[in-house]
Amino acid sequence: MSAVATNRSAALLRQLAAVLPADGLIAASEALAPYECDGLSAYRARPLAVALPHSAGQVAAVLRLCHAAGVPVVARGAGTGLSGGALPRTDGVLLSLARLNSILGIDPANRSARVQPGVRNLAISQAVAPHGLFYAPDPSSQIACSIGGNVAENAGGVHCLKYGLTTHNLLKLQLLLADGTPLSVGADALDAPGYDLLALTTGSEGLLAVVTEVVVKLLPLPPRARVLLAAFDSIEAAATAVADVIAAGIVPAGLEMMDRLAIEAAEAFARCGYPPDAAAILLCECDGTGAEVDEDIERVSAVMRARGATQLRVSRDERERAAFWAGRKAAFPAVGRLAPDYYCIDGSIPRRVLAAVLRRIGELSDEYGLRVANVFHAGDGNLHPLILYDANQPGQLERTEALGVEILKLCVDAGGSVTGEHGVGVEKLTAMCHQFAAPELETFHAIKRAFDPAGLLNPGKAVPTLARCAEFGALHVHGGRLPHPELPRF
Amino acid sequence: MADADLSQALRTRLLHAAAARRPLVIRGSGSKDFLGQPSAGEPLEVGGHRGVMRYAPEELVLTARAGTPLTEIEALLAQHGQMLAFEPPHFGAAATLGGTVACGLSGPRRAAAGACRDFVLGVQIIDGRGRVLRFGGEVIKNVAGYDLSRLMAGAFGTLGVLLQISLKVLPAPRCERTLAFESDLAGALARLAEWARRPLPLSASAWVNGRLWLRLSGAQAAVAAAARELGGETVDGEQEPWSALREHRHPFFARSRPLWRLSLPPALPSPKLAGGWLLEWHGAQRWLDSDEPAPAVRAAAAAAGGHATLFRRNGAAAAIPVFAPLPPPLLALHRRLKTVLDPCGILNPGRLYAEF
Repeated sequence: MSAVATNRSAALLRQLAAVLPADGLIAASEALAPYECDGLSAYRARPLAVALPHSAGQVAAVLRLCHAAGVPVVARGAGTGLSGGALPRTDGVLLSLARLNSILGIDPANRSARVQPGVRNLAISQAVAPHGLFYAPDPSSQIACSIGGNVAENAGGVHCLKYGLTTHNLLKLQLLLADGTPLSVGADALDAPGYDLLALTTGSEGLLAVVTEVVVKLLPLPPRARVLLAAFDSIEAAATAVADVIAAGIVPAGLEMMDRLAIEAAEAFARCGYPPDAAAILLCECDGTGAEVDEDIERVSAVMRARGATQLRVSRDERERAAFWAGRKAAFPAVGRLAPDYYCIDGSIPRRVLAAVLRRIGELSDEYGLRVANVFHAGDGNLHPLILYDANQPGQLERTEALGVEILKLCVDAGGSVTGEHGVGVEKLTAMCHQFAAPELETFHAIKRAFDPAGLLNPGKAVPTLARCAEFGALHVHGGRLPHPELPRF
Repeated sequence: MADADLSQALRTRLLHAAAARRPLVIRGSGSKDFLGQPSAGEPLEVGGHRGVMRYAPEELVLTARAGTPLTEIEALLAQHGQMLAFEPPHFGAAATLGGTVACGLSGPRRAAAGACRDFVLGVQIIDGRGRVLRFGGEVIKNVAGYDLSRLMAGAFGTLGVLLQISLKVLPAPRCERTLAFESDLAGALARLAEWARRPLPLSASAWVNGRLWLRLSGAQAAVAAAARELGGETVDGEQEPWSALREHRHPFFARSRPLWRLSLPPALPSPKLAGGWLLEWHGAQRWLDSDEPAPAVRAAAAAAGGHATLFRRNGAAAAIPVFAPLPPPLLALHRRLKTVLDPCGILNPGRLYAEF
């Protein structure tokens, strides 16, 4: 860093310290270490400083100062994101919203709760449970992840087939633009006037605005849930059973699939009683009133039997339900024990190509010489192939990333998306070039400028530059016409 | 009319209009001409761009060209035991999918199932520069790129001409039953607030003229159990009010005063405004037939955390904006977004707000 730049950042740090509480600014090098990465630890960067405001007013002050200084700001919730969305910039301030962690109000009559962005996902459901209500989106990190991060990523979870993603479960957001201008989108009532900025800002990965308050929609807690475990001797049979369940008019609360490698790993780790010889298992949860659940489980069982399920078990009580889920919930750490490292992919595909895509992933796994375990949200076609590798072996990380890109291309070519719920972040920038054409990417950049003309909020994430796409030769081509022939290609 | 792909012809019209900076008024069947602000320009007829492109029931996804009639889509879904869960109003026999999404309208099931925008998975549009763009897709979960597909729902065509729309569809309920109760307005609000907090299979509610209607949908057993518990009288077939309410064919809507749509937190007591009330969506959508001055209606809605739309002008002064005015920073952002997708201002200018 040049002397001028150093002086400028020293001045900014002094100004930030003046608007933050005594413990609200971290600038010492060693104390910055825990903030170097989010849940995607392969990418690391040390920010100029970490700001830890306690109030929305302090957040606005930090934004105004950084805006005036032309310094980038990366917002961070709990740091559990899996795409590097909260990866700091070495020339920027990391804005942690973790201390804005109060539940400001619960309105049981209107089935909503007003919370600060640092409140943990699970804490909302816990706080509203005495009113017989819950907040539906339940990403697997829900014990730790924050609602602000959920909004930034449009987080999903195991139950989104029935209950939707974050975007379906919000009423209102209080936002700050990059220059600190406050903005309210959505409303305490439905269908706020004007453009649906609630939809546009949800899932915008911290590039459009900073969330300072969230009003979430709450739902009545279903009185009963039962889970059915079905084993199959082929991936194809299990995948077809998934389509059959949906076609039979049932929308389960959750419909998850695990392949043989994932089953073995989970069984070894959690001793969950999964059939070890199955090629695939499905976990299908139905919730609702007692009679409704029994009726649905009966229908699902019939579909699974017709598709040749080799084993069918239905949870009889809450203890058994928890036991059935234990293996699924422990699947990531369990698979993690099979190799020094693993890399989680997040493609989504139409359900009808599930079996074909899984078969092709198996072939790619052989070609790359890297094992892949599959454990995923089969009901909504959201794959999570876990690539096993060893970062200490030269070339393995690169090969893993290359395999990841192959799998994502496969998803796009099958009519799907490079990310179902984890976001693009820094991780899937190249894959985005495959999914979108140049005019679409240009539109995204223009939307960003409409919110943040100076380009200071989480710059460089979520949307690849056209130059990057040209460099990787991956730019999506519409109708055989190469967009932007004027750009150099390497 | 036969299915046809008019996207090239539409694109050519747009390119000419953009070059000449001549505004276009996008029109499907014209069933929602009454809604929104007046917009002047050459008509761009999109009704001929029609046809269901893809529909696989086991995917719960349907993709159709924007001019496809809603009735055609609903009939196709019904053949496979599925439905558009937001139960859109048609407001005309020839209503198109594009117009429905552009207006962002949802019907009786909205409180239980979600709004039009909640079911939009992807769109293909022509923007104001004549570029064909795709956002979202045909999968249930997709967080790649900003969510411009949902942004199109309720944008009244001001951000792009819808060419294709992919929607999430849902299985139709196996069983439905309508119940009716005698109740005054305050009593209805109190009961709805209490019921909506409980895990009951409610799929619609309405209150008008001292009568509270409730629709239960779902598994046979769940509907039967809820009906037993809630009481009331069971209403059959012809007597069910839902389609008349959805299409504004109910006598309430035949009055001649301005018709306001108030969107309010559902449990909120009725605002002190003189006129006739009709409630839907467990109290979240309230129709007001009233001569109260617009500022009074808007202020009452805003004070409650909601907003008021002048849904049918019925003689109200032309200067009263249809949609609740936006605060200045929000209006400025709307203008910037409009400029991103329609820099020449040729797509339905002024239809949403006179300012853009």
